[in-house]
Amino acid sequence: MFGMDWIDLGILLTKVMLVIAVNFLILMIMELAERRVSAFMQDRVGPNRVGPFGLLQPVADGIKFLFKEEITPSQVERTLYWLAPALVLVPALLTFSVIPFGMSFSAFGREITLQIADLQVGLLFIFALVSLAVYGTVLGGWAANSKYPLLGGLRASSQMISYELSIGMSIIGVLMLVGSLRLSEVVAYQTGSLFTILPRWNIFTQPLGFLIFLIASFAETNRLPFDLPETEPELVGGYHTEYSSMKFAMFFMGEYIALITTSALLTTLFLGGWDVPWVDEAALGSWGVLLSLAAFAVKTGFFLFLFLWVRWTLPRFRFDQLMHLGWKVLLPLAIVNILATGLFLYLAP
Amino acid sequence: MSVKPVAYQPHWSDRFYLFAVLKGMVITLKHFFKKKYTVQYPEVKWPVPKGHRGAIRLNKDEQGRMLCVACEMCSTACPAKCITMKAAVSPWPDREKYPLTFEINMLRCILCGMCQEACPEKAIELTEIYDFSAYTRQDLIWDRERLLKNYDLTCDGRYFERSREETGL
Ligand code: SF4
Ligand code: SF4
Repeated sequence: MFGMDWIDLGILLTKVMLVIAVNFLILMIMELAERRVSAFMQDRVGPNRVGPFGLLQPVADGIKFLFKEEITPSQVERTLYWLAPALVLVPALLTFSVIPFGMSFSAFGREITLQIADLQVGLLFIFALVSLAVYGTVLGGWAANSKYPLLGGLRASSQMISYELSIGMSIIGVLMLVGSLRLSEVVAYQTGSLFTILPRWNIFTQPLGFLIFLIASFAETNRLPFDLPETEPELVGGYHTEYSSMKFAMFFMGEYIALITTSALLTTLFLGGWDVPWVDEAALGSWGVLLSLAAFAVKTGFFLFLFLWVRWTLPRFRFDQLMHLGWKVLLPLAIVNILATGLFLYLAP
Repeated sequence: MSVKPVAYQPHWSDRFYLFAVLKGMVITLKHFFKKKYTVQYPEVKWPVPKGHRGAIRLNKDEQGRMLCVACEMCSTACPAKCITMKAAVSPWPDREKYPLTFEINMLRCILCGMCQEACPEKAIELTEIYDFSAYTRQDLIWDRERLLKNYDLTCDGRYFERSREETGL
């Protein structure tokens, strides 16, 4: 298949396994971090009883989820009801397949890229998958056949319409600069320095695009202040009200993995991916590879913390406010950003 | 005269959101590093203010004998009727009677402190112990020994400090 031999296949499978395992590990850390960070921001301590510093709390939560009663309400649309949680989890995991998370190196006589698939249309692939994840939410809300989930699902769909356009427009600026949809090239473009003092990251060349993308990704990942599909005070639990046990846990995991992927994507697009500023990783050999992995982890971790930080700071937006923000503020700004970038490229090629 | 309502006019910087958001995020970050107020119960117990009416104790004198003379004043005063005792001839020469059994049903006790007020010998008192839940109802019907033990726990007024020292927190 595509001129692949066994070693190639082995390497690929190892990478896939590694990415999935690391994703789930970070998911567990996030589950604890969410509770600890929120507690710290409210002058509390948070869960600290299970294991040292409460580190085993996610394991305890997982076991609890497994042993919860599995309830399927009688009036649900069975197929869709079972399908929806998977539709949230799987696209979120798949998205990670095109994100480069470290410098490539050579071993076994071949070049190993730290990226599962370097697709030519990487960015488009990501956006296709991300908008697929919303189907999980909508179908979950629809299939439950109950009023609050339905409202949650409806909100998810209209929320998607209002942010998806701006998020797509906001990265066109980046594409114009880089000239490629391939994510490894996006990262390669961002190595080097800008005006000799700044690293040439897109956050400095595309600040407006970054801001729009960041705000829209809060809506994309259903995080506060834009977690309208699952507003607890008004919709009970939103689209997952009728879900219990592991099916609920899958929604939950899907959301966190989408969060991790979005953070990784933000890093790749705007913070130079695995690039360490002012350092030529290629000259450092295997240390350079480790350094690049660490840089990627730190940057992604920063965004993950940012997501938590914002969640425990801001109140929830109202529904019409989000639509207003998406259509009347972010979209025009994104268009202005495209025009400005075009002008810049025209004047200073 | 009617008051004309004035619509809320946000400052332009608030209408821009981003500055307001950043201001809020600085506040939460400050709290992130502030002192935490959580009390690690049950290792650390929150000390109640003086005068708290908690679990009941039977006081002892300097020789370790109980002070109660089984006069039934407390059980008469008790609005919940939860004190029962059996009087017997005292083994000590300085009093006539002493309680052979003394039981307080803590399931019924409303911690009102009437017994403490009624007692002529200052033999019964309410203490600062507030965590006395039990797994069975029987465990909450306290006999004489249990009530005397409460005295040992609280007589030096260091009940909360001791529980903190024991757990080392
Ligand atoms: S505190 Fe009140 S209810 Fe409890 S034993 Fe004393 S008098 Fe009775
Ligand atoms: S506790 Fe006090 S009031 Fe009650 S029987 Fe003993 S001496 Fe009398």
